Amino acid sequence: MMRNISTICGKEVRAYFTSPIAYLLMGLFGLITGFMFYSATVYFINAGTQQQMSGQGGAMSINDYVIAPLLGNAGVIGLFLVPLISMRLFAEEKRSGTIELLLTSPISDWEIILGKWLGAMVMYLAVIGMSAINVGLLFAWGTPDWRPILTGYLGLILQGATVLAIGTFISTTTKNQIIAGGSSFAICLLLWVLSWVSNYSDTWYGKAIAYCSILVHFEPFSKGIIDTKDVIFYLSAIFLGLFLTARSLESLRWRA
Amino acid sequence: MIKVEGLTKRYARHVAVNNISFEVGKGEIVGFLGKNGAGKTTTMRVLTCFLPPTSGKASVAGFDVVDQSLDVRKHIGYLPETPPLYPEMEVSGYLTFVAKLKGIASPDVAKRVGEVIERTALGSVANTIIGKLSKGYRQRVGIAQAIIHNPPVLILDEPTSGLDPEQQREARQLIASLAGDHTIILSTHILSEVEQSCSKVIIINDGQIVAVDSVANLHRRRQGGEMVAVQVAGAPEPEVRQRLELVPGVAKVIGRDAPEGSVAFEIEALEQYTVRPDLARAIVQSGWDLNELRTVGESLEEIFLDLTKSEVKPADAAPATTGATS
Repeated sequence: MMRNISTICGKEVRAYFTSPIAYLLMGLFGLITGFMFYSATVYFINAGTQQQMSGQGGAMSINDYVIAPLLGNAGVIGLFLVPLISMRLFAEEKRSGTIELLLTSPISDWEIILGKWLGAMVMYLAVIGMSAINVGLLFAWGTPDWRPILTGYLGLILQGATVLAIGTFISTTTKNQIIAGGSSFAICLLLWVLSWVSNYSDTWYGKAIAYCSILVHFEPFSKGIIDTKDVIFYLSAIFLGLFLTARSLESLRWRA
Repeated sequence: MIKVEGLTKRYARHVAVNNISFEVGKGEIVGFLGKNGAGKTTTMRVLTCFLPPTSGKASVAGFDVVDQSLDVRKHIGYLPETPPLYPEMEVSGYLTFVAKLKGIASPDVAKRVGEVIERTALGSVANTIIGKLSKGYRQRVGIAQAIIHNPPVLILDEPTSGLDPEQQREARQLIASLAGDHTIILSTHILSEVEQSCSKVIIINDGQIVAVDSVANLHRRRQGGEMVAVQVAGAPEPEVRQRLELVPGVAKVIGRDAPEGSVAFEIEALEQYTVRPDLARAIVQSGWDLNELRTVGESLEEIFLDLTKSEVKPADAAPATTGATS
């Protein structure tokens, strides 16, 4: 089983890195987070200098002023880049007819799905890894607390894995990559703004809707907190996304 | 090796395959003929486990396509109508990927890929990106992926479609070279290809089988009595006609165009009679020159067109069940 999954995963990773999409996404993400990092760092240095000159208060934390906002923003940007990773997973196979090769090979649907999803995860890790350059610079010139950084990246990985699972499912529903990407993007946007419901509704269903927002569950991670309920939320959402993918793939056999 | 019983595949408002049954024996090459939309691809997709049947049963190498799908897939090599290729991959990389998917043990993958590249004459393009290959080479890569795990059953959906005559000949030779080791079902629109390559023909029309038989039997069955063409020199037309009509078993003598100095006829024999030896003897004993003596038959193309006319019902056509098993 692991061999089949790793075979498909390896093929997906090669497909990403033999096309411009990998370098485009990594470049875009690196550029945007780099700019945000630069802005936050300059602000941190200026504010810190002013505080020292005025002799007010204690030391400012680089984790609070630079790293937490950086990871928070990386989470939002990642949310919008992930559809570009997931859109081709099955839509392209359906368009080109290679889905027939996969579905007539002696491998299970779950092996195909996990292989593709893990391949997309590797691509996602390469993208968010670009922000690690910024964090590395902080370690070169200062001594930030590494624990919130680790939890922040764990949160980013879980959030990305969730959105990729949903995007993988959407990719099975169409032959058109643009439709797959656009639909995934719309759902990501929805999952982001769901948290706004808590601003004006205090009812149980308002809370329930806000609870479904992916970013709400990411915030504690970016502050260095690992809450079991957030981890369970992400794992459940990943399973749901992959389960729907499996059902969709099965229905493809009946509808093809 | 392949057994199909009462197979039906129904889509929402359309019955693609309706209650078909046939068997294919080990080592046979079977031509699957039918117009576009007749149900050939659907049947092939059911046999390769890409689609489940709505009802009926199908088995490959003794494994049921629904209940033992993974076992069936291990025993089948499949070339869909559009070869399932990844244009961004190199030929050898693609075949390595497929070899792993098909379950070839890791230490054997490189060896097997090398063997298949050699067999399909892909050596010169082994390190070329598939997207840059000609259609003929892509088709070969498609066949290479189908045989990479040396499956006992090969299902090829229009393997020569879209190729130029030279490429078609190469593809035909490649398929012919696979005979014996593999049981092959191939669908095609090129009827001469079936006559050259296949030991048996399945003709499907509107989702129903209208004939299952060998090419020779189809000719014989459609034709009734033997038809023989003769060309004779050295005698006037009425005299030759009169003599030929006296040969036992001759039902009808029909004149046809002939070069100057000779006469030509098409002779229809009664069923059960083989008239060629007697015709030859009669002509030679009369002291005439026998320039031509050959059996003529309805071409497979005519048989195919006749059987797949929309008004033909399976019950009216050649009995599919008589030759349905082998």
